[in-house]
Formats: sequence, structure tokens, C-alpha cells
Amino acid sequence: MIITKSKPKEVVLRSVGDRKRVFIVGCGTCATLCQTGGEEQVEEMANLLRERSVGKVVVETPCDIRVLKRDLSPHLGMIESADAILALCCGAGAQAISELTGKIVIPGLDTLFLGETERIGRFYERCRACGDCIIYETGGICPIVRCAKGLLNGPCGGMANGKCEAGGYMRDCAWVLIYRRLKELGMTQRFMEIRAVRDRSRRAEPQELRFR
Amino acid sequence: MKEAYSTFMRALSGGKFVFTSEIEPKKTTKFDEIVRAANILKNHVVACNVTDNPRAKAHLSSLVASYVIQRETGLETICQINVRDRNRLALISDLLGASALGIRNVLVISGDHIAGGDNPGAMPVYDLDSTQFVQMVRGMVDNGTDLNGNPIDGDVRLHVGVVGNPNADPLEVEVCKVERKIRAGAEFIQTQVVFDVEKAKRFLKDLNLSVPVLIGIFPCKSHRIAEFIVSKIPCISVPKEYIDRLRSAECQGNATESRKRIDEVNVDYFSNLIKELRETTRTSGIHIMTIGYESIVGKIADVVLG
Repeated sequence: MIITKSKPKEVVLRSVGDRKRVFIVGCGTCATLCQTGGEEQVEEMANLLRERSVGKVVVETPCDIRVLKRDLSPHLGMIESADAILALCCGAGAQAISELTGKIVIPGLDTLFLGETERIGRFYERCRACGDCIIYETGGICPIVRCAKGLLNGPCGGMANGKCEAGGYMRDCAWVLIYRRLKELGMTQRFMEIRAVRDRSRRAEPQELRFR
Repeated sequence: MKEAYSTFMRALSGGKFVFTSEIEPKKTTKFDEIVRAANILKNHVVACNVTDNPRAKAHLSSLVASYVIQRETGLETICQINVRDRNRLALISDLLGASALGIRNVLVISGDHIAGGDNPGAMPVYDLDSTQFVQMVRGMVDNGTDLNGNPIDGDVRLHVGVVGNPNADPLEVEVCKVERKIRAGAEFIQTQVVFDVEKAKRFLKDLNLSVPVLIGIFPCKSHRIAEFIVSKIPCISVPKEYIDRLRSAECQGNATESRKRIDEVNVDYFSNLIKELRETTRTSGIHIMTIGYESIVGKIADVVLG
């Protein structure tokens, strides 16, 4: 899931500025689960903007242009008359809204990471979308995201008592977790292997996937 | 045995028990302090490390400082290079520069995390990790090519070392990691500082040695410094006995006498630690961190080497 957090209200209001007609779009998927862009948060934002809120909708998946088109179509008149759209969804959704409507979009959320949900309010980053998954080699634990330095051949010298120096030895060192997991799985040899330098070129430009 | 390009590596391959020390360039445009420190150290150590933005603080370049130390004092350097602040292009570029300037030893470090540094908003790089850096140096030195196989004009004459941590817990993970770096082609190991001789012995026993290991020590100028280490780096244990001896030395006489007593405590404590390591392990030498306490290096080395 894409984990988002709400921007402080004053930041949103500052971006709205003196605009008189704002249309609010929420997200029925990730941001709903994060409680940042569901029905309730969209309603709260409408109350905050009062008469300046001219309409609102929670789109099932605003990052999907097809669904966005479908869910916005009943509101096209309002959207046309709005002088900004407040997007309570991730950056991908907010940009899709901007692209589709041609309106200035004000992001109401900050997009944080691809994460795992323990429960509402407890989200953990688990994937950096690096495009080259190696968790088979690392006991199902991703070092790119869970090692504070993203090392492929850890641990580094900042490990103490199984903890990581980043953040003051509070979190587990990912490479100690990896070692223990591989050992449990009888795959210690994998730990000993030297993992090669990565090709970072694909991260150097916006990625596109076209297979049809 | 590969050709030794440096005095440091020649001493190690000749089986000499060697001392190295460390100089930390600060956030400055002046060379006085590093040259002063190098002049104190040069008669007692075979080479000195020059740190590269330790604790993620942006300081005078380790490459520039290494060159100036060698040029001004004749003391050979081990230029530390971290993989935190540079991508592969910058690393290759600095390695070419180092070799061209007559620097013959580099020590790769991951680099302390940026969060604890003096520009915590910086982007950490880690394009390569220290193991991959070692592989890259091997390609440059042994094959004359950069990481992507592009040919290099001229020989790259560098030895590459890595760090190990005898205090690490769990130690088996650390040992596996260090062995991995040796397999990648590291030629020497310098360790994190050790106060407890048993930790160094256990590390050396567990490690499948094929390269020289220099055990790190850190003579402390005061008991407060020792306590600071304990509080900041959880895995390093400093025996209470050592801290107590420092504390008691600090109380003796005026400032000059007290400094003399502190020196005596350090010389006694560390020369015994080193003697024991020499007698019971395959330690190749000692790396002495000083942080402004350069005067102690010669005193310890003289006692150990007789």
C-alpha cells in the first residue's frame, strides 16, 4: 500500500490562499486505509474550507485514469467552475487529477512510502520500488529499504548489539535480521555471497512500463 | 604476493609489527594542524590514516589532506574514503587522483550515518558499499579498468583496506562480513578501537585470516573521554579498571604531573594489551586513534618495540 500522511491544515490553507472555489478529491483505496483521504477526511476538509468547498468526491483509485474519469464524470460541472482541486491522495493520484482536469491541484497529503500495515496508524516501509528485487537472497527482508544505508553487503560498522546507529540504536540492524533469517532457513551461504554493484540507471529518469 | 606499492604494505608483507595512527582534518582551510600532528607521528608510525568526514561532518578533504601530509612531512598516508558522500563516478575520480598524487593506501568505510552529522539534511549516496568499493579498486589496480570496464591510462597503484569491528555483537555476522570483504580483494584490515583484549582475541580467532589485521586502540586523555565512548558507542566496552586508573591519575598533582600520570596509565595499559596480542594472536600491528593526543603514540610504540 502507498502510505500517506496529512499535511498540516495551515499548510493546506496557505496553498489554497484566496481561492474561492475548491473541489476536493479523496482516494477510496490507499488513502482511505491510511485515514488520510477517505470519506471522513474529505468531509473534514470540506468543513475546514466551508463555503469555499464547492464539491467533493472519493474516487475509488484516483491514480487510475480510467477510474478517475468514471468517478469524476458526475461532477464535471463543479470541477469546471472550481479554481483549484484539493487532492487527498498520493502524488500519483494527484498528478493524474491534474493531468485529467487541467486544474491546479493542491496536495493535501504527503506521500511517504510503500508499506506494510500492522494496524491503522502503524505503517512500516517495506519496498523502495527499486526495480530489482533480491529478497530471495536476503531471507525475505529487503536491505535496500530496511538498512538505513541501503547496503547490499552489510552490516556496516554502525551495528551495535544488533541495532542500527541511525536513529540512536533503537531499530534492528537489517543485516543482522537477514543473517538470522537465512540461518534459520539453512541458507547462510547466501549471506556470504558478494552482491554485485547495482545498475542505477533506471532510477535516473521517470520510469514507464509499456508491455502492450 | 602482489607487488607492494607502499612502505606500509612492504612493512606488513615483510612481517614487521607496524603502528599506524590517525589524523582528522577539521572544517578548515588551513593545513597547520594536520602538518603539526603528522610531524609528531612520523617517527613512530609507518603510516597514518586521514579521516574522511568522520561522524558525517563536512571537513577538509581527506584526499587533499593526505597529499599535503605526504608532501610536507614525508609521512605516508592511508587515505580514508567513505561511500556515503560519493557515487561511483566521484569514487573512481578520487582514486585516480589519489594514485596520481602518490597516495598508495586507501581505507574504505561506509561512513557514519548522515542523521548524526552536521548537515543532517544531506542525501546519503551509498551507490556502492564498502565491499563493492574493494572490488572496484581491484579492477582498477589489477586490470586497469574502471567499474564499467573502461580502460584507465596509466597504472593505478593503490592498496585497499577495510574496517572490522571486534566489539560487534553478534560477532559472527561481523566476521562473515569481514571475510566477504577479504574475498572481494581487501589487502589489510584496521579495526574499530578495542579496550578489552579478550574481544580482540576472539575476533582474531574467529576470523579466517588471509590478510594482515591491525587492531585499533584509543588511549584516552581523560576518564571523561572513555565514559563518552561507552555512552555513545554501545558495543564498545571500556573496562572499569582503566577508567578508574585514569580518574585517579587526573587527581594527582598539578596539570603537568597529572598529564604525565595519564600518559603512564595509557602506556602501561595499552602496551600490556599489545604485548598480549603479539604473544597470543596473529595481530600484524596496531592502529592508534589519538584525536589530539598524538604525543602518546611514540610513548606506546617505544615501549612495545623496545
